[in-house]
Amino acid sequence: MDAAAEQKYNFDVVRWFTVMAVVYLVVGALIGVYIAAELAWPILNLDIPYITFGRLRPLHTNAVIFAFGGCALMATSYYSVQRTCGVRLWSDKLAWFVFIGWNLIVVSAVITLPLGLTSGKEYAELEWPIDLLIAVVWLAYSFNFIMTLAIRKSSHIYVSNWFFLGMMVMITYLHVVNSLAIPVSLFRSYSVFSGVQDAMIQWWWGHNAVGFYLTAGFLGIMYYFVPKQAGRPVYSYSLSVIHFWALMFGYVWLGAHHLQYTALPDWTGSLGAAVSLAMIIPSWGGAVNGMMTLSGAWDKLRTDYVLRFMIMSLAFYAMSTFEGPVMSLKTVNALSHYTDWTVGHVHSGALGWVAMVAIGAIYHMMTRTFHTEMWSLKLINAHFWTATIGAVIYVVAMWVSGIMQGLMWRAYDEYGTLAYTFAESVEAMHPYYAMRAVGGAIFLLGAVMMLINVLMTVTKASSEGSLQQARTAAATA
Amino acid sequence: MANENQSVSIQEKTEKNVWFLLILLALALSVGGLVEIVPLFTMKNTMEYNAAPELLWQRQAGQTLNDHKPGDGMRPYTALELAGRDIYLREGCYTCHSQMVRPFRDEKERYGHYSLASESMYDHPFQWGSKRTGPDFARLGGKYSDDWHRKHLRAPRSVVPESVMPNYPWLKDNSVEGKDMEARFSVMRLVGVPYTDEDIASANAELAGKTEEDAMVAYLQVLGTMAKLDENKVYRE
Repeated sequence: MDAAAEQKYNFDVVRWFTVMAVVYLVVGALIGVYIAAELAWPILNLDIPYITFGRLRPLHTNAVIFAFGGCALMATSYYSVQRTCGVRLWSDKLAWFVFIGWNLIVVSAVITLPLGLTSGKEYAELEWPIDLLIAVVWLAYSFNFIMTLAIRKSSHIYVSNWFFLGMMVMITYLHVVNSLAIPVSLFRSYSVFSGVQDAMIQWWWGHNAVGFYLTAGFLGIMYYFVPKQAGRPVYSYSLSVIHFWALMFGYVWLGAHHLQYTALPDWTGSLGAAVSLAMIIPSWGGAVNGMMTLSGAWDKLRTDYVLRFMIMSLAFYAMSTFEGPVMSLKTVNALSHYTDWTVGHVHSGALGWVAMVAIGAIYHMMTRTFHTEMWSLKLINAHFWTATIGAVIYVVAMWVSGIMQGLMWRAYDEYGTLAYTFAESVEAMHPYYAMRAVGGAIFLLGAVMMLINVLMTVTKASSEGSLQQARTAAATA
Repeated sequence: MANENQSVSIQEKTEKNVWFLLILLALALSVGGLVEIVPLFTMKNTMEYNAAPELLWQRQAGQTLNDHKPGDGMRPYTALELAGRDIYLREGCYTCHSQMVRPFRDEKERYGHYSLASESMYDHPFQWGSKRTGPDFARLGGKYSDDWHRKHLRAPRSVVPESVMPNYPWLKDNSVEGKDMEARFSVMRLVGVPYTDEDIASANAELAGKTEEDAMVAYLQVLGTMAKLDENKVYRE
């Protein structure tokens, strides 16, 4: 069976994307921990331009979103599309082009961002030549996926593929429009949009990078890997249809809630907030569908560490998709905007949901594509606890500091003057910034355990010859 | 009931035909963005200067950017200011500083009048930011002396002990002299900033002998000072 799959499908490119995803998880988290420490102890900036917070922070976001998230999405989507369609990837060559191209983009980011070469648009900092490369590679990735769906052997397109497809279309829209710029030189360009229009377009991109890349794409992962790992079918087909279309249509509108009370016209922000509130329903539809898939098999959580990652990720997903709409309410947003609460919210989604579901899927794929058990199950369990505890410490620290910041900024004394200077609010953040760095470091420790486990499993597969066997056995079968 | 059956059959069709699914997705995914973005380019009340033209600098023929006085209204950045702004982007200042004052009592007292859309009309890209690890900059200009800014940029904790900002000692050592400010102005004009031929022609010369720190200070000192806002006027509903 394994051997047949090995021969039939292109697992080579999946294996490479999988291993690189784990490498980038460690790199991205390491940069994150360092910049978190810089905020707690600014001396760590060391007066070196290339490692100041302002330059490394874009590198951190790009590394975790595009390097780790991208490789995880590409590994899982190329793996599951082959398995659900019963055919090999449409083109092996195109798949390798995507692998090399995407990693080239990551390397360019690692070089250009510390050098300060940036377009200055949050979450879309890479300069125009790299943006062009992203567009080409992304289209190649999508085209190969779509063509694989087109030549499938199964009669229906499985639900995980709908989500991946939605992500591909939307990210193409977003990346192309948001990156429109006129080059001055090889590494300088100016956005064609300015001020309020640029702000709206930027947050249409920003929130939907979260909504489609980090949510729809990772829901695609959830819909294939949770049922597979649990050995049970998806809980409700109708629920998946409804929440899919509601999410696709609705999520696009949310970006405006990042700009409440700004110079963006009020109607736009309110519209964004109203739709945000409605999004609780489809979001929870997805969370319920994932969790209830385990209905009747809850005992598996006691023994299956990989499944634990997936279920914990759905718990975080449900929590942060409740928190998000609450934060988009005008009264809450007035307090939370510009504070660490936003950072905490993002990380409950990023560490809790995105990373954990991807980690679960990666462990699942490791055993299937290397045709052997993981080197250490105990280490997976240790990883689960460090990831969970690290994420919780991080998020709690940011909740406290964020709400405290917001309250300090608006506090008045008995004479009706502002109670605190801005500098006092900065000083008050120190213990929480230290706590956040510790939480991040614990999460990073788990990621390092995973990398060791993955590399040892690769070594094990090669010394056992399990991969070699799978490759050749099918020839005789 | 009939409706339900029909919707099931459309769903059935999307699941069997990838091209149909693709088209349906392409349509569904375009609506939100179109509804929220396109009107911002077409509706006049988005930009306050349509109702309050005094927000814009009424530049006379022959005037240079240096003839503008604070409060005269929004104008394009000078060469030195734009060079400073590009350094602001390079150093990722927007990751910790916003440039967008919201209409709240505490923000008014801390930073000043709430920001208008017209005030960032020449900002390609916008720098409203999303996080205040440090304070807002929308109305920073004129609050501190140039000397204070230089000291603060070189060693923030020498003037604000609680600060967590990195030191930027290299700004004073790096020159901003170069040959491409004309090109930057030209691109800015291409995307809609009203630079004149004379502005562009004199752009490189403006930077003679200037350091990155000079440019940065010039940029920080102009923020929020171009247009004078009337306390009693309602610019935004």
